[in-house]
Amino acid sequence: MEKISLIKLVNISKDYVNEEVTTPVLHDINLEIYQGEFVAIMGPSGSGKSTLMHIMGFLDKLTAGQYFFKGKDISNLNEDQLADIRNTEVGFVFQAFNLLPRTSVYDNVKLPLIYAKKKIDNNQAIKAIKSVGLYHRLNNLSNQLSGGEKQRVAIARALVNEPLIIFADEPTGNLDSKSGKQIMEILQDLNDAGKTIILVTHEQYTAEHAKRIIRIRDGNIVGDHKVEQRLFAKMEEKLTK
Amino acid sequence: MQISSLFKISYTALLAKKSRTFLTMLGIIIGISSVIIIMSVGAGAQSLIVNQIKSTGSNLIAIFPGKSEEKGPPPSVMGIVNTKLKNEDLIALRDKGRVPHIVAVTGYNRGVGSVTWRDQEIDGNFVGVSSDYPLVEDAQVDVGRFFTEEENNSLVRVAILGSKAKEDLFSDQDALGQMIKIKKVAFSVIGVMPARGTKGFQNQDNLIFIPGKTAQKLLLGINYVSLARVKVDDEANIDQTLEDIAATLREEHKIDNPVDDDFTMRSQRDALNMLLAVTDALKFFLTAIAAISLIVGGVGIMNIMLVAVSERTREIGLRKAVGAKNDIILTQFLIEAVIITLIGGLAGVIFGSGLAILIALVARYLGYSWDLVISINSIFLATSISVIIGLIFGLYPAQRAAKLNPIEALHYE
Repeated sequence: MEKISLIKLVNISKDYVNEEVTTPVLHDINLEIYQGEFVAIMGPSGSGKSTLMHIMGFLDKLTAGQYFFKGKDISNLNEDQLADIRNTEVGFVFQAFNLLPRTSVYDNVKLPLIYAKKKIDNNQAIKAIKSVGLYHRLNNLSNQLSGGEKQRVAIARALVNEPLIIFADEPTGNLDSKSGKQIMEILQDLNDAGKTIILVTHEQYTAEHAKRIIRIRDGNIVGDHKVEQRLFAKMEEKLTK
Repeated sequence: MQISSLFKISYTALLAKKSRTFLTMLGIIIGISSVIIIMSVGAGAQSLIVNQIKSTGSNLIAIFPGKSEEKGPPPSVMGIVNTKLKNEDLIALRDKGRVPHIVAVTGYNRGVGSVTWRDQEIDGNFVGVSSDYPLVEDAQVDVGRFFTEEENNSLVRVAILGSKAKEDLFSDQDALGQMIKIKKVAFSVIGVMPARGTKGFQNQDNLIFIPGKTAQKLLLGINYVSLARVKVDDEANIDQTLEDIAATLREEHKIDNPVDDDFTMRSQRDALNMLLAVTDALKFFLTAIAAISLIVGGVGIMNIMLVAVSERTREIGLRKAVGAKNDIILTQFLIEAVIITLIGGLAGVIFGSGLAILIALVARYLGYSWDLVISINSIFLATSISVIIGLIFGLYPAQRAAKLNPIEALHYE
């Protein structure tokens, strides 16, 4: 099967300019990610892995280089055009869940739909909630949920627009290991169903659930390899039982 | 993106902080209701004053002794006694050959003194007038009759009682034909006026009317009138009559140059316009002061919206991450500010109108002819002003929200 390139970064660099002090964060990064991949970006804090994810996720602009998304150069898009791409092509899962407080699961999941150009189809939200196994919590408020449930809501929210890619920034960082495994299981299932997953983590263990690990240090890619002995969250769970 | 979704977001956010939303709104409620109350009470007070002027009769010209500036008050208002207006002047004004449009002329001499009937004694207000008085003031006697000009000229001692004065002295007994004493001078009661209420800022029912010359000679010891009023046949002839009166009085007083005039004339219309100018200025001044409280309320809204933007930084970051564009975020926060000011404005209109109605009811209960004026214009104006305040004072916080960097906002602690 021919591999379809989703993300292609060519000589990307990123500097943060703060009160006349320029801090280079990413240097000359070259990277290509294909449809259906499950990539873990690893590195210690301050390595630039989050910045890389923000750039790939259209949240941040690059300082130099070119970014091709689905073969199209998107390096020079304006904020509104980037917002449109975020709304239609990608979903985000954050370490801190970032749910709307005192808002129902349903309304949280529906959030990206209200910013969509197309008409809201409420069934999409229900479908996404069912896919993370929280249909029984549909009308619960976000603050009535456990950490694991919150992150599952966040995944449902990331799925609701049926995006090509899901970006997960330390999705298990605020969770106990059992909930963490559940989240990884959902991500692996999604990947099995064809979604491209890009995971940012500093934990080797979490990264080993991916198919490919990219290591970053001081703004440079220092490693990019396939995971030889991949962990499967579903089987781990069975084992612990 | 549907605008209804934005309204729902704003409404949910405002409901989440009910007491804060209400307190913020309170500034606008107070501001708008002050504006409504002041506009309404101002208009009511204005109507009260105007009605007082109008109630003295239409087509009237008042003549005061002494000269005054064009727009200034006549000297008698300042307590200056001027003796230049004589009974002879009134006779001259009655001459149709000289002032053709005058229908009736009366002088006025006011005085106070004890009034007694048998062992009843009251502090009475007597007023010496001419026999034309009922014609000039559109006031006919209720019982008995008014005196004639012949009686006036022959210094007869007769009195017509105001309804209240009659009641105070005689309660429900018949007053006609009774002898009363005013400042120890005996008068025969020949008439009683009907209840007329307050006209020209004077309660007419306390007054005791006696012939002008009798009042001057027997009670006051003077030979001039302190005020004269003439009635003109038609409002269209007022300007002509003003000229005729001036010419006649100058002739009588042997004045060649109008600069040396020793009298002042005021038509009803002049008096009304002068008062309207004063009360309008007062009304606008007070409304402007009330409007300042709206600005204070607006600053309060800006303050709270800035707090809200800062509190909800992560939420804003998330909304941007899932595709909300800057102008959508801007609109959302503007809608929040406008919801506060619009609801506050409407509540202010209701509260202010309620108070204005209450004030009008109390004023009417106290016997003032008070018009309740709450114009659709003022309600429309107040509502638009509240929306505009929301837009103006909400703009800066909304721009702050819209300009937030999504990454920084997402990781804001």
